[in-house]
Amino acid sequence: MNTTALKHDPYNLIITGVGGQGNVLASRMVGDMLSRLGFDITIGETFGASQRGGSVMSHLRISRQGSYSPQIPLGRAHMIVSLEPSEALRMLRAYGNPEVQVITNMRPVRSSSVISGEQPYPAPETIVGWINDFSEKAWFLDTTETATRLGNPIFGNVMLVGALARTGQLPLDRDIFEAVVRSRMPEAKVRVNLEAFDAGGEMIGEKST
Amino acid sequence: MSIITDKTNKNQRVLMMGNEAIARGALEAGVKVVAAYPGTPSSEIPKVLGDVADEMGLYVEWSTNEKVSLEVAAAGSYAGLRALCTMKQVGVNVASDFLLHLAEYGSRAGLVLVTCEDPGSLSSTNEGDSRPYSKMMEFPLIEPGDIQEAKEMTQWAFDLSETIHNVVMLRSVTRMSHASGNVIVGDLPQTQARADFQYHGGFFDQMTGPVMTLPGTAPTQRLRQHAGLEKAIACFEKSPFNTYTGPDRSEITIITSSAATFYCREAIAILGLEERVGLLKLGTTWPLPPRLMEKYLAATDRVLIIEEGTPFLEDNLKALFVDLSETVGPTRFHGRADKTIPSVDELNPDIVMTALSTLLDLPTDDSMADYRQRISAALEGSVPDRAMTFCPGCPHRASFWLLHEALKLDNRRGFICGDIGCYTLGVADCGFRAVKTVAAMGSGVGMASGFGKLQRFGLEQPIIAVCGDSTFFHAAMPGLVNAIHNQADMIMVILDNAGTAMTGFQPHPGIPVGADGKPLPALDIPTICQAMGVRVEIVDPFQFAAARKTIGDLLDDAGGVRMLVLRQACALSPARKGKKEWTVSVDPDKCLGDACGCNRLCTRIFKCPGLIWDPEKRQTRIDEFVCVGCGVCAQVCPQNAITVEKAVKA
Ligand code: SF4
Ligand code: SF4
Repeated sequence: MNTTALKHDPYNLIITGVGGQGNVLASRMVGDMLSRLGFDITIGETFGASQRGGSVMSHLRISRQGSYSPQIPLGRAHMIVSLEPSEALRMLRAYGNPEVQVITNMRPVRSSSVISGEQPYPAPETIVGWINDFSEKAWFLDTTETATRLGNPIFGNVMLVGALARTGQLPLDRDIFEAVVRSRMPEAKVRVNLEAFDAGGEMIGEKST
Repeated sequence: MSIITDKTNKNQRVLMMGNEAIARGALEAGVKVVAAYPGTPSSEIPKVLGDVADEMGLYVEWSTNEKVSLEVAAAGSYAGLRALCTMKQVGVNVASDFLLHLAEYGSRAGLVLVTCEDPGSLSSTNEGDSRPYSKMMEFPLIEPGDIQEAKEMTQWAFDLSETIHNVVMLRSVTRMSHASGNVIVGDLPQTQARADFQYHGGFFDQMTGPVMTLPGTAPTQRLRQHAGLEKAIACFEKSPFNTYTGPDRSEITIITSSAATFYCREAIAILGLEERVGLLKLGTTWPLPPRLMEKYLAATDRVLIIEEGTPFLEDNLKALFVDLSETVGPTRFHGRADKTIPSVDELNPDIVMTALSTLLDLPTDDSMADYRQRISAALEGSVPDRAMTFCPGCPHRASFWLLHEALKLDNRRGFICGDIGCYTLGVADCGFRAVKTVAAMGSGVGMASGFGKLQRFGLEQPIIAVCGDSTFFHAAMPGLVNAIHNQADMIMVILDNAGTAMTGFQPHPGIPVGADGKPLPALDIPTICQAMGVRVEIVDPFQFAAARKTIGDLLDDAGGVRMLVLRQACALSPARKGKKEWTVSVDPDKCLGDACGCNRLCTRIFKCPGLIWDPEKRQTRIDEFVCVGCGVCAQVCPQNAITVEKAVKA
C-alpha cells in the first residue's frame, strides 16, 4: 500500500478538452494509475457531446478516505489539465480559485461560432495572461506538433498526462504509467505512448513559470 | 480480456464505470439473456456484456426497440434463465405497454430492468423520470448510491426478483452510469442453465402455467403481484442498501437516493454539519419500507428530500407520513415541491449546500467572492461558446445542406420533421435550421403523415420527414405505414449512415452483425420500402449534382409518399475513420473572402469545423488536423476556390 500523502484530500483534478481530443482516455489513465497506487478514485464524466465537438470534462476526485461526488463543487478544483486553451478558461471560471494550478495545451480548437466569425477567439497572450491571473501556477505547452510527429495529434492527451506527472502535484510516475498502458493497449502501442508521456514531461521541465 | 470478466480481479479493487459495475453485477448473478436498445447513458452495459457473450455463455442482442428488448428478456425469464434488459429513460415509455402486462403476470427466473436516466438532459431531449412506473405498475424500484452498490444491487436485484416473482427496476442516472469508482468484485459463477418453457400447469400457477393476461384475470393476478410487493417491503425494511449517518436526533434529515447521495455527503462535510444533519440514503425507493421510515421520521422534525427527477420519493414519503403522523409527530418536508431545491435540472453538491444553508440559516461563505467577481468580469463574453455541431465530414451536414437548399429554391416554406439521433442537430445552425419539429423516436414521420393530410385545409408547404437507419426500425415503420396507407403527401428521407452513430455504433437490424460481433442477416431499408409500394431513390449526399437533381424531382412528384435514402457512412464509422478520401486545400488566388459575394458560404453558413476563417488574411483555409477529406465543401464554394485531389491512401 502506497502511503504518499496527497496535497489535498480529496484532491480535485479536472481534465478537459473538446470532443475527439482523447480527454476521456486521459482521465481513465490517470484514474487507473492512482487507483493502482491505492487511492480511492471517483471520476465523473460529461461526454454526451463528445463526438460532436462539444466541451468534454472529467472530474477526478482522489482520496485516501473513500469516494466523493463525481461532480466537483464550484470553485474547488486543485488542478485543471486542458487539451484546449479556451476550455481551460471555461473550467477556471466555474471551478477555479486562487490556489488552483493549470496545465494547458495552447492549440485552439475553434468552435463553430468562431469559424463563422460570430465570436472572436481570444489571442494566445490574452489567454496566458488570464490563466496566470487566476491561478497559483500555470504551465502552457503546445503538444500538437510533437504529437503529430509521434503519429497523431491525439497523443496530446498522453503528453498532458506526462506533463501532469512531472509537476509533482500527484504521486504519478513513469512506471505506473507504463503498467497502465501495458494493461490497456497492445504491445505495439506501448513505446509511442511512453514517448508521448516523456515528451509531455520534458515540456514541463522547460516551460515551468 | 474484458475488465468485467477479469478473474484475477476477484476481491480486488478495480476502477470501473458505473455501467461496467452493473454489467459485472449481472454476471456475478449468473445472467444468461441480455436484450437492449442503445441510449445514452445506458449503452455501455449491453456493449460490455456483448463483448464477453462467448466467454460467459450469454445471449446478448441489440433489439429493434425497448419494448421488444423487454419481451425478449421476459422470454428468457419464463424459460428459466436470468435475464437483463437495459434502456434509457424514454425507452421505458416505449416498453411500458408490455411492462404493465409483465408486472401483472410476474416473472420466473430473475428479471431485471435497468433504466439509465439523464437528469439535466445532458444527452437527451427530455428529463424523463421512469420511477413512477414502479408505483403505477406495482413492481419494486431500487437505486444504487455509489459504484460499488451499482454492482451489488444489480446482483441482488436478480435474487429479489426471484423472491417476489416479478420484475425489478434498477434506476441509474448519468452521474452513476458514466461515473467511475473503485469496485471490489466478487465471484463469477459457472452456472449451467437449460432453457425450457413450462406451460402445462394450472392457469393461475405462475411458475408452470401458461403466461397470459386476459380479460377477467387481472384481479387474481394482481393479488399475487401485491403479495410479492409485501415480500419486497419485508426485504427493504432490513436492506443494507438503506443507511443512516448522523446524530440520533437531527435538526434536519436529508432523505436521498442514487447519485444525489454523493452530493449530500459532500455538502454535509463541506459545511461541517455532521452533528446537526442526518443523512438517510435509500437504496430501495419503492415501495417504501414503513417501519424504517417511521424510525427516521420520528428522529427529526424536518426532512429535506434530495432526488434526481420529479418529486417522486418526496410525494411517496408525504403519503406515507399521513399514516405515520401519530407516531412520528409533526414533520416539515422540503424538496423540489416547495422549491428548496430547483424544480428542474440536474443536482450537484452546490445545490445541496445552498439548500442546507438556507434551511439552517448558515452565514454565507464569501471567501471566494472577490475571485469569482474578478474572474467573471475578466472573462465576460470572452470564452467562445462551443455549441454541438456535426463532426467534420459528417454526412448529415451535406444532407441538410441539400434539403435546406431545395426547400429554399422551392419557395413554399417547406419544412422538415426531425427525429432522434445525431441528425436532431438539424434544428441548429449546423443543420441550417431546416428541421422544425422534434419529439420522440419515430415522431418525425408520424407528424409528417399528419401534416401531409392537411392540404384540404389549405396547407401548401412541402413536407419532409427525416430519420436515421436505426430509428427507422425502432419506431418509424408504423408511422411510415400510416403515411403510405393514408396517402400523406410527403417525402420520407432516410439518413442512412450505417449504424447507431450517436450512441457509439451499435448495430441494428439493417447491419449484418450482432451484439457479439457475429454475422446476422441485414434487412435492407430501400427493399422494405419498395415492398410497401413507394418510389425509392438512393443517392450519396456527398455527390451534390446527382442529389440535387433527385431531391428537386421528388419535390415536384407531389401526392403520396416518396422515399429518399441519403446514404453515406458516418465520419466516425469504422469504414471512414482515419481515412481521407480527398486532400483538400483552398486556393488563395481564387478565394475572394468577403469580396466573393457568397457571404462566406463555406465558413459562415456551411461551417464544417475543418474550415477556418483567417481574420487577418480575410480568406478561408483548411485545418488539416480537423478536415477528414470528404470533399463536400469544394461543392459549396461558388468560386471553386476549394480544390480536391484524390488522397494517396496510406
Ligand atoms: S457521429 Fe457520425 S452521424 Fe453523428 S455527427 Fe458525427 S459524423 Fe455525423
Ligand atoms: S473536405 Fe471540407 S467539408 Fe469535408 S471535412 Fe474537410 S473541410 Fe470539412
